[in-house]
Parts: sequence; structure tokens; C-alpha cells
Amino acid sequence: MTIYDPAPGPRVIGPTLPSYDELMGCIRCGRCLPVCPTYQETQLETFSPRGRLNLLRAVEDGRLAITAGLEDHLYHCLDCRACNTVCPPGVRIGELIVRGRVAVEEKRPRPFLIRFLLRHMLTGAARAEILSRPLRILQALRLDRLGAALLGRLPGVGPRLRQLVEFAPRIGRPLRPELPLVTPAAREQRHRVAFFLGCMMNVALPDVSRATVRVLAAAGCQVITPAGQACCAAPQDDQAMLTLSREMARRNIAVFEPLLDQVEAIVSDCAGCSAALAEYAEWLHDDLAWAERARRFSAKVCDVTAWLDAIWPDDLPLRHGAVVATYHDPCHLANLQNVRSQPRRLLSRIAGLELRPLPDSHPVRCCGSAGIYNLTHTPMALTLLDRKMDDVAATGATLLVSANPGCLLQLEWGCRRSGQPWGRRQGQQVAVKHVVQVLDESL
Amino acid sequence: MDAAAIAELTAALGADRVSIAAEDLAAYAYDGSWMDSRPDLVVHPQTTEQIAAVLRIAEARRIPIVPRGAGTGLAGGSLPAAGSICLNLARMNRILEISAADTLAVVQPGVVTNDLQRAVERIGLFYPPDPASVYQSTMGGNVATNAGGPRCLKYGVTGDYVLGLEVVLAGGHVLRLGGRTIKDVAGYDLKRLFIGSEGTLGVVSQIIVRLIPKPAAQLTALAAFPRLADACQAVGAILQADVIPLVTELMDQGTMRAVEEFKRLGLPTEMEALLLVAVDGDAELVKREIAIVGEVLWRSGAAEVRQASSVAESEALWEARRSVSPAIARLARNKLGEDVTVPRSKVAEMVARLHEIGRANDLRVVVYGHIGDGNLHPTLLCDRRDPEVMQRVEKAAGELLMAAVELGGTLTGEHGIGIFKLDHVADALDPNALAWMAGVKALFDPHGIMNPGKKLPA
Repeated sequence: MTIYDPAPGPRVIGPTLPSYDELMGCIRCGRCLPVCPTYQETQLETFSPRGRLNLLRAVEDGRLAITAGLEDHLYHCLDCRACNTVCPPGVRIGELIVRGRVAVEEKRPRPFLIRFLLRHMLTGAARAEILSRPLRILQALRLDRLGAALLGRLPGVGPRLRQLVEFAPRIGRPLRPELPLVTPAAREQRHRVAFFLGCMMNVALPDVSRATVRVLAAAGCQVITPAGQACCAAPQDDQAMLTLSREMARRNIAVFEPLLDQVEAIVSDCAGCSAALAEYAEWLHDDLAWAERARRFSAKVCDVTAWLDAIWPDDLPLRHGAVVATYHDPCHLANLQNVRSQPRRLLSRIAGLELRPLPDSHPVRCCGSAGIYNLTHTPMALTLLDRKMDDVAATGATLLVSANPGCLLQLEWGCRRSGQPWGRRQGQQVAVKHVVQVLDESL
Repeated sequence: MDAAAIAELTAALGADRVSIAAEDLAAYAYDGSWMDSRPDLVVHPQTTEQIAAVLRIAEARRIPIVPRGAGTGLAGGSLPAAGSICLNLARMNRILEISAADTLAVVQPGVVTNDLQRAVERIGLFYPPDPASVYQSTMGGNVATNAGGPRCLKYGVTGDYVLGLEVVLAGGHVLRLGGRTIKDVAGYDLKRLFIGSEGTLGVVSQIIVRLIPKPAAQLTALAAFPRLADACQAVGAILQADVIPLVTELMDQGTMRAVEEFKRLGLPTEMEALLLVAVDGDAELVKREIAIVGEVLWRSGAAEVRQASSVAESEALWEARRSVSPAIARLARNKLGEDVTVPRSKVAEMVARLHEIGRANDLRVVVYGHIGDGNLHPTLLCDRRDPEVMQRVEKAAGELLMAAVELGGTLTGEHGIGIFKLDHVADALDPNALAWMAGVKALFDPHGIMNPGKKLPA
């Protein structure tokens, strides 16, 4: 017998399918298996990074058709990139899987509702405000829960509807309309930064971003918030809408470009946004007109936790009532941007706050939020969430800190689930807060 | 596979433990090599009874069974064949018991080796075998290949730690072999037959392993040698100085160059060899021993010796060794990593022959390995889609396997025969022994359903 694989050679090559050489970077060692959250839950190869990559390889080899099953496996990936951090040959597995989704999209478009929302509604903070307004009114009148209680009895869609209402964040007063172009430093000005306001932060967690601007100002930063920002386009990129996400990236670059020489950094308090903005350089690397502009833009991007850690004035003390806290790393901050020590260092500056470690922090095990994953893949997301909440409970912390809106909303859901399901904010054992909120309370 | 067989398996295991979709078959079509070969069906048993049910059905219907742990093997041992059932044991991943009093652990076959190590280290115990795949490979797979790793000169291989096994044979018969004691001469030591049997005799469904106290400290030295032969001789000299090193890792010039291309560590690429030596034990002992090691390395002809005096410094010295595998992965689309093993005194000669074989076949060959136990990893760089290169690789692989046998060594130290080395088994083993092995196989697996086409030539 011959021991060598008579591979048929490239048969199915789309412009977006990762190339033979890229796929061959995977040496099939399996090192990514034990760190992949979905593999940990299922122990199934099809739910592992190596499995997903090798399904794409089978497509490229001409041995596997583009099927619903393939699409399902590619979208079961959380895009948490834990695999990237341990891959011995340094294959960027997460990116290749996302590109595989694009290749699949050409044959099997995403569901209409997802495409419609991402193309027309969730394209920026202003649009998201319009979309969220009905929910805000329903919530204010407490009709959301009443409706869910009534409609929740419907067979089939009922339980799902109840779940969505249970998850839905409280929509607050959006920050964007009231945020001035220039927020002055609250002490002697030492820095000037541009602020990128994420859509989720603006409608679901506006008070967190209010705290962000306050804390930046308190730390001596003049904060410039240019108008006309688009969504960071991470959700569009994640759902294989490549043309649209590049378009939105170009729009954001154009909005911030006039400021680039005047600011030290473009900061965001959303780890998903800062990760996407930092990737613009790569998204547009083969766009002749934009590659250099994107590179200059991305080079200035800095997550707010990393920025504050770098510039925190030693003469600005932080004090908090005695509290035991733990920090959950957002995947898009730790696995993608390697920002791990900075938020911890910031929190450890706070007198009165005891920080206890959460297991599986390097690489981070995802909480199950993962963009819109918790809505599209709710059962897996809840399994991961419950595991995370068990870890949190074991630390004994009553303050759970993170740095990304997706994580914060997911973890709050976790608190409600592990406490009283309908208790909303009451009866909650653990408070969930963004790093900047804890800093704001400690000034 | 016919519908009746699928229905019977589904009835026995439940639908969620049987996979048959094209994507599932494609995802279980490979191991740690580049080959692809799909099974007809994948089953995910969670108990010994479920394994037995699968093997009963498979025996009655003469369906080949290919057991699989994490699919990290490098010799094709868990590569399925058309018409076969892939028996995925990854879901049997519970540590059933860790006994401090008896210093042993009882595990299911799907437990990842590093998970066991971490669990026992929490109570001050130690499970030494550490194949390079320790973070992902499973205990069942480690038993099936009798996995080694770099620490074998001092601590031995997986088989040296196995006290007892539960195995399931074709037909679903469950055998309990050995037990919880170090000494045990009641009956024949049948468990030994299953260690390294690569799933061709039965399926390991439970493992009892011996544990030892965890050594407190570890220190490392790194030496560069102008002459490779001197580096090889240094290992013998260290043993003669009454030090049994924890690891003795050799990297040849080609390996150093590969690492430098990948990551600039400032390795002395003008030298012929780099030798990494580590010792472990209590804190005072390791300081004394690493001093002796350093002295012996100088005396053996090293041009430069770096000795770590702290854990952090040791880590820095290990960086070069850790970079070898990723560095080589980037040099070519594919690689064939062999694991020939020769008596310690022949290592220098074997390395010279490996380089010669590479040159003669116009292939880039890099050599590294655990030379304290004579286990070398010559790696041939190639591209599976280039038939001309693959022909030369096949020829060179055959030559290097035979060179090892000529020097009194063996085809494989820790990867196993699988399918990749099958053609050379008949040339390497005593024909009488081979005939008796075939008899053993026929006794345990009369219809030849257990991982057919692996380990022994037909």
C-alpha cells in the first residue's frame, strides 16, 4: 500500500474560501480541542476548531459539499478565538472559520431576518436607537413581561418568546444625542482621545458609557466624540456580510480620520468594537485606496481598559466600600487583543476591592454571549453561561466585573437565571459591572 | 453500511450516540497525520456496556471497529477505513478515583493525560509520562500506543505505570486484567498485551495507573556542540557521573535553523547540535546535579553551556525546544515525523545516517529527539499533493526505518506502527515472533474486526 494521501487537488475554490496553503497550516495536532468551549461541552470533533477547519479542508479537497450541516457547524463556533492562542503553528483558526462562513454564504444565504436587521437596522448607534424605542416603551409600561406571560402560553414559540423577554436588556436613555463633540478633562488635561460609542453600549448600557466618559475626563483626558459613526461592523463580519462590513469600516475610518493627528488614541468601552476596529487594517489590507488609511486608523485603536491602565495618574486614588470581586475576561479583549493584565491592574488600584481569580482565564472560556450567538444558539449559550455562573459562585465574589456589553448582558442574565427567574434586578446575589463603572464608583 | 446495522446500533446506544451525516464522517476521517479516510458511521459510547454492545453487534455483522481517543496519533493507528465504525471514546472522560493511600488513579479512556496530571499534582502526586500531545491526547490512546515522551530515560513509558486494565473484546466480552497492586503474578500478565496494541486486540475501557510523589524542583542546562557526536556522547558521560537526567533533548543544525527562521532566539546555528538537559528532585539535589551536568557538558566538548539557576531561567532555555514543532510546521505544507529508536550508543551514527538519507533523496530532513532513550524524530518535509516528492519521501522513510533496525534499534519508539510503517514490520521483527503475534491476534479477535490493517502485516 502507499502511505501517502492521493488528495484530489483543489476543486472548489471560491474567492473567499481559505486557500489550500492556509488550510494546510493546520497540522491536525488537536491542541485546540481542550480549550474550545463547544468541544468541552460535546466532546465532538465537529464542534472543535480542528473539526471545523478540516470540514473546510474537505470542501477545498472536493470531498464535501456545502450543506446545511456544514453551515450549522461553522456557525456553532463562538468566534471566541481561544483556539488561536494555543495553536502551535499559529494558525488563525477563528478568522479562517469566519472566512469559511463567507464561502458558505455564497451558496447558502443567512436567514432573512438576520440579514435584514444587520443590513438595515443595526448599522449604527442612531438606527439602533430607533429599533430599540418600541421595546423601551413596552418595558416602561411593563407590558413586555405581561405580553410574554400571555403569549408565552402559546405552544411552540411561547417558551422562546419568554426566554427572549427574560434576556432583553433594559433599554435606557441613549447617550448619543446628549454627548457633546468635546468633553473637557475634569482635571489638568494631559491627553486627548477620540471616543467610539458602540451601538449596544448606547442603547442597552448607556450609563456604562456615561461612566466611561466621566472616568476618562477624571483621568485627565479630553474626549472627542465625532458624529456620524457607524456600527463597528463586527456582527456583519461575523455573519459573513463582508461587503457591508468593509463599507462600514471605511465610513468609520473617514469619520475619525480628521482627528487622527490630534488624538493619542481611539478608545472604546466595548471589547467587541475595539477588537473589530483594530482589525480594520486587516479587513482592508487588499483595498489599494484604503489599506494605508485603515492601517493608520487601527494603529490608534485602544480598548478603554488598556488605555486607562497606561495613563492612570498615580495621584488619583481609588476607593470602594469593602467588596469581593472577580473579573471575567471578554474573549474579544483577552483572546483577540491580548489585554489581560491591564483591567486587573486597574481594579487592583482600588482600595477596598479584593480581586479573586476566575478559573479558565488563559485562554478565556467564553460566557456564551459571543455577539448574537446567545440569540441564535441559545441552548449552547445557556450551557456555557451556567458553567460560568458556577465558577463565579465558587469564587465567593459579589461583584462580577467585565468589559464588554455582550458579556455584561449575558452575565446579568446568568444572575437572574441562577436567582429568581422573574426577579429582574431584585433578589440578585451578584452585581455585574463594567470595569469603568467600578472605577467611576471608586473616584 | 446496511440499514439494519445502523438501526441495531441506534437502538443499543440511543440516536444521540450515533453519527452518520457526511460532515460527521468527514470530521472523523483523520488523526494527527494528513491522511483522510472516512468511516461509515461514528459511535460515541459513554459506558463499558455501550462499548460492549457495539462490539457485539460489530462481531456478529463482521463490521470493522476503529477505536479513537482524541485523534492525535501520528502513524494512522486511528485512521478509519471505508466500511468501518469509528469508536469515539472522547466522551468517556471521567477520572473515577484518585487514591492518595494507594498512590493510584482509576480513569476512563477518554481522560486527557494533562487533566489527570493536573488533578494528581493538586495533592502532591505525579504521573510522569508526557508525550508531546499531553494537553490533547487521551489516556486510552496513550495506553494503546504505549506513549512515551521526553522523560522516559528516568521515568519510563506509559506501560510502566499501568497496574490494571478493563478491556472489551470483539463480541463484547469484558476482561478485567491486573488490579491495584504493584506486584501481581497471579495468572498471565495479559494487560501487557494490550499496552501498545493500537486497538487491534480490544478496546481499553478503564485504566488503573500508578502514581509517584511529585519531585519538588527542576533545573535545566543548555549546551552547544561544534560536533554532533560529542553531544550524543555527553549523555552517556552524564549517566557515568551518577546523574539520571529528567530529559536530554537533542536538536541538530537543521532544527536550529528551522527555529531561527520561525523565531529569532539567537541560537548558535553554526554549531552542529544543541543539547538540553534537565534534572529534577528536591531543591538541594537539583542544584548539585545541574552543576555536575554543566561540568560534564564542558568536558564532553561543548563550546558553550548555559545553566539555569531559577525556574524562570529554565523556562527561557526551554523556549528553543518548544519552538521546534511550530517552526517545522511552517517550513512545508506537510511533514512526515518518524520516531525511530536505537540503542543509546548508536545515536550519533543514526543521526549521521539520517542526514545522509536526506541528502541522497534530495529532501530537507531535520532531526531532534529524546536521545537519552535513543528515540529520534527525523522529520521529512513534503507536500502531499506532489506525487514526485511523496515518492522520494516514501523511499527515504523506508531507508531510515531499515537503518534503525540495522543498528539494533526499532521502527517506532512511541508513535506506533499504525498504517504508515506497516510495510516494514516484516523486515524488522523475528519471523517466528511475528507468527506467534498473528496467533495472539487470532485468539483475541478471531474475525479480524479490531482495527484491521494496522500494527501487523496481513
